[in-house]
Amino acid sequence: MILPIEKSSTFENMSPQDMQKIVERYGKWTKALVQGKRLVDGHKLSDGSGRVLRTAGGKLTVTDRPHTESKELIGGFWIIQAKDYDEAQKLCGDCPHLEYGPLVIREIEGR
Amino acid sequence: VIAAELTERLFRRSAGRLVAHLTRSLGTEHLGLAEDAVQDAMLRALQTWPFNGIPADPEAWLFRVARNRALDELRQLATRSRALNTLVGEPASPPQMGGAPFVDDQLTMMFLACHPALSEPMRVGLTLKVVAGFGVDEIAAAFLVPRGTIQQRLVRAKRVLRATVVPFAMPHEQDLPERLRDVLAVLYLAFNEGYAASAGDAPVRGELCIEAIHLGTVLAEHPVTNRPEVHALLALMILQASRLPARVDSLGALVLLDEQNRELWDRAAIARGFRHLEQASAGDCLTSYHLEAGIASCHAMAPSVADTDWSRILAYYDQLLEVDHSPVVRLNRAVAVAMVHGPEAGIRELAGLDRDPRLRRYHLLPAVRARLLERAGRAAEAARGYARAAKLARTTAERDLMERRLASLSA
Repeated sequence: MILPIEKSSTFENMSPQDMQKIVERYGKWTKALVQGKRLVDGHKLSDGSGRVLRTAGGKLTVTDRPHTESKELIGGFWIIQAKDYDEAQKLCGDCPHLEYGPLVIREIEGR
Repeated sequence: VIAAELTERLFRRSAGRLVAHLTRSLGTEHLGLAEDAVQDAMLRALQTWPFNGIPADPEAWLFRVARNRALDELRQLATRSRALNTLVGEPASPPQMGGAPFVDDQLTMMFLACHPALSEPMRVGLTLKVVAGFGVDEIAAAFLVPRGTIQQRLVRAKRVLRATVVPFAMPHEQDLPERLRDVLAVLYLAFNEGYAASAGDAPVRGELCIEAIHLGTVLAEHPVTNRPEVHALLALMILQASRLPARVDSLGALVLLDEQNRELWDRAAIARGFRHLEQASAGDCLTSYHLEAGIASCHAMAPSVADTDWSRILAYYDQLLEVDHSPVVRLNRAVAVAMVHGPEAGIRELAGLDRDPRLRRYHLLPAVRARLLERAGRAAEAARGYARAAKLARTTAERDLMERRLASLSA
């Protein structure tokens, strides 16, 4: 599973042409994964940061992000097929997201 | 995940089409809202498509999202206005993108952006932003002005349109020739800015030429604006642009006409230019675009500078001078005079131009004179001219060219 972490408001004030170029870069990257039969799934996550539930002293508190000070968001995820982390790393090395923030790669156990 | 591909410049062109289409429903007073909605839709595409894939019909997707954004925005404004009702009553899926209503909206938007209530810089800015889909930064880079200037100009332009209460409609038939003249003037200005590279070194400049030609084509293909003067301008722009591939060498330096590799000229574009030139000569309408396109066609046909029909070009310039008395036309005509009657004759033509305040800081005046002096064998004077032209040049490419000529003189 590949989780791209982004800082909000990366794309303010961008021209249509610039936006298209970014979409095209992602398109190229995913297309290569599809052609190599590596891409299993991908989804945008709904807007907002969701909810985080915690209990403290038996009392449930609900916040909207993991750490109150954090402005980092996960906009979506991909699931790819790879032999091991090294291969997954290779497949993600040219992911366009790396220009905007870090990528987290986690293996899904039992798949 | 589907991996559909986007057609080239889809976002930019969709931006123009979608803003026009939404503005028709929302009314001119909500032009800004339409723009924001379309910008939001594109941002949303950026956040969605990398994960979910590019949809089979990207423009329809953008339209649906933009329309919903506009609806949300209107509801928030709580204006139980005509705009909200119109938009709610409209079909949620867009009309055929290339279809007639869509093109009509785009045409109407062109006339709106070039409305006589607006100043010329406002018209150019608004046309590039809302019709051609350029970003504020791109426009600022092309015209070498700060982004804030463009931003303000756009805000003021929209305010003027609101204050003037301009309906989103085509001009009346009796106003059409004049209003069309304004639209063509803006397209030509945008094209020239892109072509002449008179300021800035941004890569967006070639795109200005491409979009000016694209919008000219939209006009030429529409029954209402399919008129000789439109074809004349289109022919002119296409013929000029056919030389773009040869205008810059592999190192990015400017190459003058007489040194260009004519093999690099775009033959398909030249053929297309000639077809429009032919359509331009229907009827007895004769505009400066006709004459300039005529000149461009002489160059396009010629195998070399020496084999160019310069007397015909000079005849075109003579006619052009009658309708357009600008010093730039006189400057260009002097080159033709020199080609027909020799460099000294050309230099004499330039004599009166020195005192014209409009050319005082125009680097091409000393550049052209220097070239003619060089050909007349007056190297020392030519050197002074090139040095002055280099000093006045507005881009590094132009300056480099002048310095190269200066160096080749002393070599």
